[in-house]
Amino acid sequence: MRLHVDWTRCDGHGACTELLPELLTTDEWGFPLLRDDQREPVVPTDVEGFARRAVRTCPLQALRLVE
Amino acid sequence: MTGLLVDAPAGNSRLLGRAPDLPLPHLGAQALIALVEQAGLTGRGGAGFPTARKLASVAGRSPVVVGNAMEGEPLSTKDAVLLSRAPGLVVDGLSLLGVALGAQRVLLATGPEVPSGAAREAARGSRVEVLDLAGGFVAGQESALVNQVTGRAGVPSDPLVPVYHRGVGGRPTLVLNAESLAHLALVARYGAAWFRSLGTPSDPGTFLASVSGSVPRTVDRPGVLEVPRGTPLRAVLSAARTDLDRVAGVLVGGYHGAWVPAARLDVLLTTSDLARFGASPGAGVVHVLDRDTCPLALAASVAGYLAGQGARQCGPCVNGLPRMAETLRRLSVPGADPALVGEVARLQGLLHGRGACAHPDGTVRFVASTMRAFADHVETHLDGACDAPAR
Repeated sequence: MRLHVDWTRCDGHGACTELLPELLTTDEWGFPLLRDDQREPVVPTDVEGFARRAVRTCPLQALRLVE
Repeated sequence: MTGLLVDAPAGNSRLLGRAPDLPLPHLGAQALIALVEQAGLTGRGGAGFPTARKLASVAGRSPVVVGNAMEGEPLSTKDAVLLSRAPGLVVDGLSLLGVALGAQRVLLATGPEVPSGAAREAARGSRVEVLDLAGGFVAGQESALVNQVTGRAGVPSDPLVPVYHRGVGGRPTLVLNAESLAHLALVARYGAAWFRSLGTPSDPGTFLASVSGSVPRTVDRPGVLEVPRGTPLRAVLSAARTDLDRVAGVLVGGYHGAWVPAARLDVLLTTSDLARFGASPGAGVVHVLDRDTCPLALAASVAGYLAGQGARQCGPCVNGLPRMAETLRRLSVPGADPALVGEVARLQGLLHGRGACAHPDGTVRFVASTMRAFADHVETHLDGACDAPAR
């Protein structure tokens, strides 16, 4: 399972970076920055729950989990 | 100037010469896909994707077919020249696909810099609808084009749902560059072996190159040339009457392209040979940097232009491109702070892979190539000098 950011929707609210520090940090403008420099990083099984919560929590529905 | 480096049955230029002497044949989807696969045609709009695979992705699904003559790249004029000189070939390519793919609609999208009158004339009596659309650097990106045709803002969409699944009016959509369509119209008539008789075995056929210079005196006959893939860059420059002694580098592929250094003009214009420089034939842009043009000043100006051309949707692009342009501008001033070199590298890493379309990645490619190809010139700047006057 991979994490997909819809950059056309993301407004840099930061909810996802708080829930998923394993995968995400923020850039100097507050937008999510993927830690391993991948476009769609693989979500490790042990943080899948947090990833689902991040998807639900994003106020702009800018996150997706994709196969 | 328009001209050619090729000799071909349909006149002395394939695309810009005499009209074909054979009627357009009717082909079914499978026959056409097999033919295009044998020919080895790749897209001539920039990305260079195998055309047969694009056709296969929408075959049998009542797609919308869109010819892309948006030509948002400021250094490219080949689609405008093609639609003025050989609009019939582009319309033929669309008609061929309309029948073979059972298309629901067949459109030709032209940008503001591309005259559409001749194409309208050529399209009379066919199913091809010619559209005059609003322009901009990203307007020709597939999803941006689909959005504008559908009546939405002409900006790129999130790539999770590609246009070949859901495009114009929700239909699967095939977007092909105008030049690719003209090649299709010829391959259908003369066959795959004919197409492959120019170019190289792994990169067959010809392409239209838009040749220009950073100052007028460097390239005496700028314009569009038809060039076989595999031609040495030097031969293209010579055909456009370039003063080779004045060449400091050649930008290949456009503002999202990369530099070939002046010492490497013997490079062959194929996808694999140009890859060594991080470049590709792209949409055929060949832009000569004169030795009196400062490459950093040029890069700062291009980055500033690209920053202004973003769709203003994606945070990393909205914030990062202006910062990149400003950093390059500060670096282009002789005596610049050496820390700016590291800042440019950091911003490259920060922008790469973050955005809905290739605009940030393309800009990073160009900037990274500038810093690599002109590393000595960067040192000169840090030492407080610049041997080229500002543009």
